[in-house]
Amino acid sequence: MSDADTIYKTDALIAEDIDAYLETHQHKSLLRFITCGSVDDGKSTLIGRLLYDSKMIFEDQLEALQADSKRVGTQGQEIDFALLVDGLAAEREQGITIDVAYRFFATEKRKFIVADCPGHEQYTRNMVTGASTADLAILLVDARKGIIVQTRRHAYLAHLIGVKNIVLAVNKMDLIGYDQDRYNAICEDFRAFVREAGIDENFTCIPISGLAGDNITSRSENTAWYHGATLMEYLETVELNNQQDQSKAFRMPVQWVNRPNLDFRGFSGLISTGSVKPGDAVRVLPSGKTSTVTRVVTLDGDLDEAVAGQSVTICFADEVDCSRGNVISVADNPPEVSDQFETTIVWMDDDPLHVGRSYWLKLGTQIVSATVQQPKYTVNVNTMEHLAAKTLELNAIGVAELATDKPIVFEPYTDSRALGGFILIDKITNRTVGAGMLHFSLRRAQNVHWQATDIGREEHANLKNQKPRVLWFTGLSGSGKSTIANEVEKRLNLMNRHTFLLDGDNVRHGLNKDLGFTEADRIENIRRVGEVAKLMTDAGLIVLTAFISPFRAERDMVRAMMPEGEFVEIFVDTPLEVAEERDVKGLYKKARSGALKNFTGIDSPYEAPFNPEIRVNTVEMTAADAAEHIIRLLMPLK
Amino acid sequence: MARILTHLERLEAESIHIMREVVAESERPVMLYSVGKDSAVMLHLARKAFYPSPPPFPLLHVDTTWKFQEMYKMRDQMAKESGMELLVYQNQDAKDRGINPFDHGPLHTDMWKTQGLKMALDQFGFDAAFGGARRDEEKSRAKERIFSFRTATHGWDPKNQRPELWNLYNARKTKGESIRIFPISNWTELDIWQYIHLNNIPIVPLYFSAKRPTFEYQGQLFMADDIERLERVMGKRPEITERSIRFRTLGCFPLTGAVESDAKTLPEVIQEMLLTTTSERQGRVIDKDGGDASMEKKKQEGYF
Repeated sequence: MSDADTIYKTDALIAEDIDAYLETHQHKSLLRFITCGSVDDGKSTLIGRLLYDSKMIFEDQLEALQADSKRVGTQGQEIDFALLVDGLAAEREQGITIDVAYRFFATEKRKFIVADCPGHEQYTRNMVTGASTADLAILLVDARKGIIVQTRRHAYLAHLIGVKNIVLAVNKMDLIGYDQDRYNAICEDFRAFVREAGIDENFTCIPISGLAGDNITSRSENTAWYHGATLMEYLETVELNNQQDQSKAFRMPVQWVNRPNLDFRGFSGLISTGSVKPGDAVRVLPSGKTSTVTRVVTLDGDLDEAVAGQSVTICFADEVDCSRGNVISVADNPPEVSDQFETTIVWMDDDPLHVGRSYWLKLGTQIVSATVQQPKYTVNVNTMEHLAAKTLELNAIGVAELATDKPIVFEPYTDSRALGGFILIDKITNRTVGAGMLHFSLRRAQNVHWQATDIGREEHANLKNQKPRVLWFTGLSGSGKSTIANEVEKRLNLMNRHTFLLDGDNVRHGLNKDLGFTEADRIENIRRVGEVAKLMTDAGLIVLTAFISPFRAERDMVRAMMPEGEFVEIFVDTPLEVAEERDVKGLYKKARSGALKNFTGIDSPYEAPFNPEIRVNTVEMTAADAAEHIIRLLMPLK
Repeated sequence: MARILTHLERLEAESIHIMREVVAESERPVMLYSVGKDSAVMLHLARKAFYPSPPPFPLLHVDTTWKFQEMYKMRDQMAKESGMELLVYQNQDAKDRGINPFDHGPLHTDMWKTQGLKMALDQFGFDAAFGGARRDEEKSRAKERIFSFRTATHGWDPKNQRPELWNLYNARKTKGESIRIFPISNWTELDIWQYIHLNNIPIVPLYFSAKRPTFEYQGQLFMADDIERLERVMGKRPEITERSIRFRTLGCFPLTGAVESDAKTLPEVIQEMLLTTTSERQGRVIDKDGGDASMEKKKQEGYF
């Protein structure tokens, strides 16, 4: 007990003047940090030591700790601090994965929330989760081993999540005899790595011993050559994310519209950046409508000013439309609105990313549908190398383009965690499958504006004396789409109409030769054909397309691109047995033998249209009959 | 120019943010109200979150019929003051079978609280329930997420919880599933007391020292809140002594150990808490049945 007696002393002020003590402790700030390193690096010992030295351990816990230390500890008769934080029943007995455990301690100046990520497996996912709310990361290094692959991985991940302050805690100094040269070499090693990897965050080196207590709360005589702050001093004084957030432009995602009665209408949210006060001109995004703040309401009375990090309710001078998912911002410097982005995504689920699949995306208080493109590359977190990849597996980090089904209000992640960080949710299982960071908006959305031209689609069409249309032929392989489309085009040509036939096979030789036959590639194939067809109708043409286009969703997507009435869906209705019997290209035979995968009708579904504009039955009609039938229904052509 | 927010301001803002997210994204939320100091803080935060509207959900007290009389008084008073609907649920089965803490041990907690809670949630059809648990209370709570997902049968599957990044909570669920939400996860015992002190939040007087009738039972000190009932259940009238006592945590009166104390004001209570240095849950019998992993086990069975 002698060791505990000397260290374990409560603040004298508590006994002498509790009111003064409370007054002091009411003005503490809050720092959140993450500790990175394995048990071997002494991580649990360090956290246990911080809890212990800041008097966050009660006597009964201490007694249990002392008993446990003697029984199962690794430190002989001494206290094993690691036992304070290790040993969750679940981990111990069920072998389950725990992403992050949170610990709390406080000093006179600050309260601390420590995100502690146990285990090696799932490490990327866990560390990213813990770091997402952290102001600072402590990277623990065993002084005997120096900078290892794991240290670099931790530094990279901390950098990726935007942790601005990194502490390189060179631990177990006692085991290298407090050797200054060795310590300097380790710091220099890390400095070189940081420079090379382009990690520009601040980092601070501190020589410590979690076990012996060197430079944790008080400066150690063993390292007289070290003149920097102790770990605790540094944690107590480092700048908080919240302070930086306050200096940025005002933004508040709206969580809830507060409407207790007809006389009150307020917008509730957590201010993510900047500050707001009555009289401020504000703008509601994405609508862009402006108003003036009249009140900042709380239960404790109206505020003269509210800052980033506070949850408030704001009232406007005008009846401006504003609801959950909107962002209230300072009027003259609003955030961007876009629907296409370059992103970095960390995959968190056993089921890998399905390129082209629609996921829920939640960013701030906005929830939209989003699809992710094939990653440009993934990052090997140990070597920082870029690798080619078709998808993202559990714990993979990849850079990929992402599109949302409607524009969202955002800021680059480096400017705002609140408006740049998002999660992806599987629509069937509802699991959180990925987390990501928006970097910038891509073409088409914000940065590429439509170029206004004097000769428009109407002029093009008038000159050709026709109404532009897309005749979209859909049906099984071998149903006769291309044959019938060809017959239709011949007839239109004879009628002096300007046409173009986009054929599935032909397009795959050029424009879409990079695409295969997976579900994602088929979706992209149709999207591109739709875009090309749209350009051609803008040029005034009657476009005929002959694609299996098996999925309703994609056909509807193309329909949605066109002006009302210009998309004519023609269902070439041929039963599977008939198409397979014809097997003009021998594809069904191949598919049945297994030589051809993902073949529509065999091992990939065909979704027949519910309400096609035109339906032709190729069992009852010849190709010529079908073409005549279609032309009749298309009349008049202008 | 930056105004440094205090840790209590940050914790408050976080809890309010969580409550608003739940209200916006769930169909039928409810706040579990146990009348203790954590519930008092949670209720105060709810009033702040939605002011000037009253909190848009009812309070639910899963009652065991064995709470202290002063708790029942406080419960009714707070419901009235907040303008919220108060629902009280007592497990009829437990009532019929006369389940009590003396004869039935752990079954008492299981039937009245664990089963009672499940039955209440099912009966009212709540899909989201706020609870006042904190991560610092107990080792196994440290890893608990703020949004905890339960199957249609209220099971907690530790392998199937969702990662929580930034302040983005995924509240989506399929029909029949429900969520337990812990908005004060990141508060410590000291934070709770300081916040009560700063905001003058009313708490049950039992937290403050007073002369009260007590008896000793299995080495711990208890308050004889309803002596007639105790006598019926225990089979004999316990020996009553007047002592200056108070409670660090409140539950069923026969299950909640008292401490001898002279702390009559909030600062004195905080002072005592900081000086006595025994952890808060020591007074509760519940953590001890079933050994080391008992809380973990209770949670999987559906306990909060």
